[in-house]
Amino acid sequence: MLPTIAFYLFSGIAVGSGLMMISARNPVHSVLYLILAFFSSAGLFVLLGAEFLAMLLVVVYVGAVAVLFLFVVMMLDIDFVQLRQGMMQNLPASATVGLILLAELILAFTARNGAGETAEKVAEVAPMAEQTANTNALGQIIYTDYFFMFQTAGLILLVAMIGAIVLTLRHREGVRRQNISEQVNRDPKEAVVLTNPRPGQGL
Amino acid sequence: MSRVASTVKAFFLWDFVSAFFLTMRYFFAPKVTVNYPYEKGPLSPRFRGEHALRRYPSGEERCIACKLCEAVCPALAITIEAEPREDGSRRTTRYDIDMTKCIYCGFCQEACPVDAIVLGPNFEFTTETREELFYDKAKLLDNGDRWEREIAKNLELDAPYR
Amino acid sequence: MEALANFFATPFGVFLIIVGQVLALLVTLLILLAFLLLADRKIWAAVMMRRGPNVVGPFGLLQSFADFFKFIFKEIVVPAGANKGVYFIAPILTFTLAAAAWAVVPVGDGWVISDINVGILYIFAISSLGVYGIIMGGWASNSKYPFLGGLRSAAQMVSYEVSIGFIIVTVLLWAGSMNLSEIVEAQRQSNWFIATPLFPMFVVFFISALAETNRPPFDLPEAESELVAGYQVEYGSTPYLLFMIGEYLNIVLMCAMTTILFLGGWLPPIKALGFIPGPVWFLIKVCMVFFMFAMVKAMVPRYRYDQLMRLGWKVFLPLSLAWVILISGIVTYVPALPVLK
Repeated sequence: MLPTIAFYLFSGIAVGSGLMMISARNPVHSVLYLILAFFSSAGLFVLLGAEFLAMLLVVVYVGAVAVLFLFVVMMLDIDFVQLRQGMMQNLPASATVGLILLAELILAFTARNGAGETAEKVAEVAPMAEQTANTNALGQIIYTDYFFMFQTAGLILLVAMIGAIVLTLRHREGVRRQNISEQVNRDPKEAVVLTNPRPGQGL
Repeated sequence: MSRVASTVKAFFLWDFVSAFFLTMRYFFAPKVTVNYPYEKGPLSPRFRGEHALRRYPSGEERCIACKLCEAVCPALAITIEAEPREDGSRRTTRYDIDMTKCIYCGFCQEACPVDAIVLGPNFEFTTETREELFYDKAKLLDNGDRWEREIAKNLELDAPYR
Repeated sequence: MEALANFFATPFGVFLIIVGQVLALLVTLLILLAFLLLADRKIWAAVMMRRGPNVVGPFGLLQSFADFFKFIFKEIVVPAGANKGVYFIAPILTFTLAAAAWAVVPVGDGWVISDINVGILYIFAISSLGVYGIIMGGWASNSKYPFLGGLRSAAQMVSYEVSIGFIIVTVLLWAGSMNLSEIVEAQRQSNWFIATPLFPMFVVFFISALAETNRPPFDLPEAESELVAGYQVEYGSTPYLLFMIGEYLNIVLMCAMTTILFLGGWLPPIKALGFIPGPVWFLIKVCMVFFMFAMVKAMVPRYRYDQLMRLGWKVFLPLSLAWVILISGIVTYVPALPVLK
């Protein structure tokens, strides 16, 4: 009873905020709705018993990725009139892409349900939640059966990170930088020279 | 060597630890602030606070409506109107000070030939509305009556230096 | 009697019990907060050789309540160009999230509303959401200083969350559990974690917690000498009150986290003192950590923004990452570890 109510609540909010996200006029509002959608899907994960995934979704997507989205969108100076002008031109292309995606999703889900053995397949792969904690179960799969794929994903992310750094890192000449350890290690005895200049002569 | 020592010090946050003990010493040190509404700091006899119009010991008001204070006031805070009283003496019918304009320079007190307008020792005269700060003659005379003892004492103390 | 027990076994009864627990925790927390706020001001004042608030009630003990009523009765002023919906959601979000994180905090043996398995991750997730209240408030005010404050806080909180995440990983590797109650239990079976190789992480966690909660010396989102009050500039009255309560709830939460992760939660320091109930020990430890929070405010000058970023990314991140590797090495090769198998 209660899980059903919670499910419809979370999924309703997720779908609603997804719709609001694409229809909101203000891009910042769009990002905020996106965050709400993420958050309610995290709620759905919790209902499925995948609390570790739910928390990671919130930490990674909501806590870090969406913050950067919001950051960028807030900094952009968006001209709404200009934005609307391109709408009609791009509509056919985007509608096609959307329809294809929808068709693919429908196909995938019907094919999967048609097989009728989803539950067994899942049970085969995953140690069930009753026996081990969710996180342990995930670790046992990732670091055994899917070890290479997991490591490859990590490597791809590493390459992306290094690429981003290489693309944006610039060494400019003549930039004065602070060297904190040097500053901290300055000795007052060497930094100050006390002299006794005679009047009229200077140093 | 000193570089190694300072690195070790930085690693163990030595500066923060010593700062903690320093601040703890101040934590228990006696307070330097005055517990204001219950304790007050000493005031100089020359302190320029709230205005007051004084009276002679006979009860006659001192002000003779010479308007010197009105003339000297750099903030144009004083407004005076005068008429002869029934007994023929010249007195003010109106003596207003706009306390929101006043800059407490004390020129009115300096200008006054009869020591009528003075800036008393009272500095706690906040009000809740702006209108209450437009002082009229009654208010100023009332201040004079209320603070006469302190004002007289301050004037006496300051007299040798004038 | 039996009827009552039966009633509390029904879903509605369970719901009522949870509501009761939540209310009890929130009320206790808010009252505690009122006094901690006063303590904060008093400690700061004492270091500056001032007296601090001492007029309302004996020793000024009721000052926070007076402030509370002052904020409640003030008029709510909304800036003309503000984005109204977001403007009001922001403080509510800050407060709600700060309060929601407390659902999994065990204040005593079994004294916890929701004893979930990923408690530590839940707190981490909720506190990473806290940044939205500040960004939204800064953006919706439609004013320069709040906006700058919001941007600063976004960058700052995201940066320090990374090192906090790694520190949490070291702790849960050592303890062998992500359940907060079990982490405390692990500290009963071995040492408190502050007395283990995790000690440097305790220091780093404390400093990162300062940055995460926008406390001085990392209070750049609200640096009064540069941004007036940062993201709170356009807020007054009850919305401001919600921001402030949320901020202090977060601070107390971070104190509680430090206590649970490193200082043994509700455990007494020596067995002989075990007759004093756990929640009292928990409260004492939280107050001690809070004292350190307040002292740091009094003794360290504010960081410059680039220094703050350098500390986060170039010092804390490599250090905590290295410690994750070190700790996982120790846990792998020392047979007694992790504490809970």
